[in-house]
Amino acid sequence: VSGHANGVSANELLAVMGSRELKDNTTVFAGVGAPMLASGLAQRMHAPLLTMVIEGGIVGPRWKPGSLPISTNEMRAAYRAQMLPGITDAFLLAQRGFLDVGFIGGAQIDRYGNLNTSAIGGSYERPKVRLPGSGGANDIISLCREVIILTVHEKRRFSDTVDFITSPGWLAGRDTRRKSGLLFGGVARVVTTLGVFGFDPESRRMRLEALHTGVSVDEVKANTGFEVLVSDTLTTTKPPTEEELGILRMLDPARQFL
Amino acid sequence: VTISRREYDFQAARRRLEAKAKSAGEKLTTIDEAAARVKNSDHVALGGCLFSRTPLALVRALLRRRPTGLSISRNLLCYEGEWCMVAGAVDKIVTSWMGIGLPWGLSKIQREYVESGRVPMEEWSHLALGLRFRAAAMGVPFLPSLTMMGSSLVDVGGSKIIDCPYTGEKLLAVPALFPDVALLHVHRADRFGNCQIDGYPHMDPDIARAAATVLVTAEEIVSEEEIRLHPDRTVIPGFAVDALVHVPYGSYPHECYGLYDAEPDHFSTYVDGINRHGAAGVQAYLDRYVYGPATHAEYLDLFGEAALVDAGRRGRELVS
Repeated sequence: VSGHANGVSANELLAVMGSRELKDNTTVFAGVGAPMLASGLAQRMHAPLLTMVIEGGIVGPRWKPGSLPISTNEMRAAYRAQMLPGITDAFLLAQRGFLDVGFIGGAQIDRYGNLNTSAIGGSYERPKVRLPGSGGANDIISLCREVIILTVHEKRRFSDTVDFITSPGWLAGRDTRRKSGLLFGGVARVVTTLGVFGFDPESRRMRLEALHTGVSVDEVKANTGFEVLVSDTLTTTKPPTEEELGILRMLDPARQFL
Repeated sequence: VTISRREYDFQAARRRLEAKAKSAGEKLTTIDEAAARVKNSDHVALGGCLFSRTPLALVRALLRRRPTGLSISRNLLCYEGEWCMVAGAVDKIVTSWMGIGLPWGLSKIQREYVESGRVPMEEWSHLALGLRFRAAAMGVPFLPSLTMMGSSLVDVGGSKIIDCPYTGEKLLAVPALFPDVALLHVHRADRFGNCQIDGYPHMDPDIARAAATVLVTAEEIVSEEEIRLHPDRTVIPGFAVDALVHVPYGSYPHECYGLYDAEPDHFSTYVDGINRHGAAGVQAYLDRYVYGPATHAEYLDLFGEAALVDAGRRGRELVS
């Protein structure tokens, strides 16, 4: 997979590109791995007034470099938090509208940004592969003002159809998300190891907006299981800088998540 | 559709609570006597979250009684869910997610039991399951929510979409979940069952109000005076608690906020057993850690004092 050039790993690329999507004076719902690194990086680069909310019922932690959490529900995730309201109430902050951005990943994703982390193949009751389940992903994608999906770009993930919609993106496109009862939010960006996608404002189909350095449109098409729309104003992302990579490697010196 | 009517029957749950003694008296008992209050086919809700403050001592005591036909619910189900499957204790699991965490991959036991249809998994979003407990804690049959709509989760669980009586907008009516029994582990309690939790409360306060019978283990039994000096820290009132057991390291090798850290290496050894032997790996683990030790002290001896001390040191460091 491209994007690993110059010693930059997939998660470093996702964390850097994800961090650049975050703005100062906002809030972000972030899980472990690349989302947490993206949020921590943004706080140290351009968004010092960004507050993280964590699924384990944690508001505003200051994670200890070298001691990053492996779960959203452990002490490392709560390190130097400003508030520990509990899980239900953390999500209710999002339902109320306090969360600007939510970060999630996904096992299987379709052209509308619908995600499946539940079951692949067979029937839902007797699937070929039972995946772990929603966790908070469904809530994050339903309740945050906008959602950014961070994922490795592989053909088996970028699927023509998802077997089960665990976490609703734009559903069947156009106004189907709104009509389902989801009045707020939606998937704004899909940041992958090949590029950055947005969504066509009418059809709500995924559209390539930017390529990472050294990646071609053909490479994206070859690694995507559905037709790739390409923006008329396709750009190229700026590669991760030494400063950005330095901060990430300071946060995770053992490269547990990098 | 796997939601059972008795899970959201608020009138039955209310009558059950009204008929129950709500004593301000002594709650201390033994772990075996506490576990004996769980009956076959009960719905058992587990407190804590994933590998944090899991009521593992109570789960072990329960499994030693070889229960059958249980439903278990927990917002994020860790490997105690696998134990219940392999032990033949459960007919249904209710959760939003099952596994240990990213480094350990998919749960092979969840895959084996759910894919074969042996144990159905009733899946909710994390918030929706939290609202199920909260609705029950509030004594109402459902709570409206903006989550989960549009997703396939609505289709498979049997939850219902309603029209808001004021705005006309669609809302998810998240059904209450009134468990028969709650198993909880807390930091401290007085002998009357007034419980305090440090750090994140997870869903324990709601679960304690939702369940018909509440069984609690506590790291420390403190004086009534100590509770009364810090009543703002009490999250479960004594009259809601049926049985209380003093169990230091009661969630070990899972973490207990500020007291001890989790043991990821232990999780890896456990998963390695599954990778090599499948469900038999879990059975061997149960024989060694669940059915084997006659007492909690014998159980802790399997880990050794040095490990407990080190987990305590790390746990304290993470809150200082």
